[in-house]
Amino acid sequence: MITHRIWKYGDNINTDVIFPGRCTYTVSHDPTELARHALEDLDPAFAASVQRGDVIVAGRNWGNGSSREQAVTCLKAAGVHAVIAASFARIYYRNAINSGLLVIECPAVIAHLETGDTVEIDMENALLYCTAGSFVFPHLPESVRAIVQAGGLINALKMRD
Amino acid sequence: MSATFTEKILARNAGRASVQPGDVLDITPDVVLSHDNTAAIAQTFAQLPHGRVRYPERLAITLDHAAPPPTPRHAQNHAQIRAFVRAQGITNFFEVGRGICHQVLCEEGIIGPGLILLGADSHTPHAGWLGAFGAGIGRTEVAALWATGQLWLRVPETIRITLTGQLVPGVMSKDFALHLIGQLSAEGANYRAVEFDGEGITAMSPEACMVLPNMMAEMGAKNAYIAPDETTWAWLEQQLQRSRPHDYRERLAHFREMALYPDPDAHYAAHHTTDLSTIEPVVACPHTVDNIAPVSRLHQIRVDVGFIGTCTNGRLEDIAAAAQVVRGQRLAARLLVIPASSQILQDAIACGYITTLLDAGATIGTPGCGPCMGNHMGVLAPGEVCISSANRNFRGRMGERDSAIYLANPAVVAASALTGRITHPADILNP
Ligand code: SF4
Repeated sequence: MITHRIWKYGDNINTDVIFPGRCTYTVSHDPTELARHALEDLDPAFAASVQRGDVIVAGRNWGNGSSREQAVTCLKAAGVHAVIAASFARIYYRNAINSGLLVIECPAVIAHLETGDTVEIDMENALLYCTAGSFVFPHLPESVRAIVQAGGLINALKMRD
Repeated sequence: MSATFTEKILARNAGRASVQPGDVLDITPDVVLSHDNTAAIAQTFAQLPHGRVRYPERLAITLDHAAPPPTPRHAQNHAQIRAFVRAQGITNFFEVGRGICHQVLCEEGIIGPGLILLGADSHTPHAGWLGAFGAGIGRTEVAALWATGQLWLRVPETIRITLTGQLVPGVMSKDFALHLIGQLSAEGANYRAVEFDGEGITAMSPEACMVLPNMMAEMGAKNAYIAPDETTWAWLEQQLQRSRPHDYRERLAHFREMALYPDPDAHYAAHHTTDLSTIEPVVACPHTVDNIAPVSRLHQIRVDVGFIGTCTNGRLEDIAAAAQVVRGQRLAARLLVIPASSQILQDAIACGYITTLLDAGATIGTPGCGPCMGNHMGVLAPGEVCISSANRNFRGRMGERDSAIYLANPAVVAASALTGRITHPADILNP
């Protein structure tokens, strides 16, 4: 299993600080450009030092606020492997599934992880491993899992038609 | 079996006799909304093999988020959207200056009682004030909807909120909305539907009602609902007569046929009751919408600019309340007023409110979102403090990261711009 480095943030992190609203109609879909603005107003150090495979760990209501998908795609572009949170805002959760970013809701593990720690993710058994032990997370509803497995909604539709 | 509004409308659309919270359904919305993000959605749509939009008559597109375009890049974005609209034969297209999508869709009778609206905008629950189902979705999902006409939705649990009593003069529905979000928190309705009822709702004007489902987006709600009553139907009839004189009777009949109401014995996940007469003017302090404090405790806060506008509080009643506060006086701070639609701007001119505001030293902007999300037309410098009638005060939303946003009702915004400090309008109106 791969070991992921952790970036830890708090509760109620909103989409405006994950990806700035002022960039939504000017920054293109170009991944390098998207990645440069990731978490710009939350943690200015993030974009420069994030590494492919890193994981974001956050408290409750990650991604509340606007429906902008760049708040998902900028993290994918920055190489983020997954977001593990105590809970997600509704539209963020949908966007992540439909864009193929791994989102894991696991309130029990959050207090045990800090920036600089590492975590392992066992998708098969829906388990997280860290120094504090192993933590179970819920599987996605059956009908939605197909979308994630296809790598997002667009890929799922391409396969269907 | 008894059901909430949300359960009923989703079941009917999916062709099911009944549904349970947690069921995942394929929904075919009546209206699909997008705005300045349409060009980006079209790029995703172009990756699909479909080519043509499945139901072009169901799309509604407004240019409002950065309109008129502040940079050549924004202008190019609009040009791409116009090309897409022409190529796909989309008729519900609203140009720069017509207004904010949520307001325009209601004014134009595109959305109404009993219809389902899915929009690439988080404030799509707004449409619920008319007894519609409105939910925000992402851009990729809109691309999929354009292609297939369908999208998966999970049936949410519903929270019921009963309002008793009436707001006292000087207190607005925005104060109740902020109070509620403060109580239940910014995720108090996450994944859930909200239904409002009670005599407090019946007593509210349509414009006051519009604020409530709109603000439920700030509590994480999937959608929010107010049952259409006689006041709502009267508003609709007058509005449709104005915006679509040729077919307003048919449209109204369609809405009457589609309208749905919750069963009296429907099951709710939670039930809260508020006596509106206990609500006082409140402010959401930086940088979260649930960080609520009464206006009376914030008198020492300096204000550089007031902003009255947005899909939440940019309507005629809001502009009237502001004009009443500043009439015959000069502002100590800047005040930016951006009506939510061209119709509201016309009415505000006709009523003399715009002249009153200009006399006091206010700035008037083109109907649209303005600086609400930091795109243009009055963004904030580092260290600046704004008091705004909008719905979000997240860090950096209106410009620089180091600026601060306080959210309030439009009368409080006007009073604060007048004195340069957060001010209770009563201190101006009855000193
Ligand atoms: S006014 Fe603000 S909240 Fe409303 S649609 Fe425009 S940007 Fe969004």
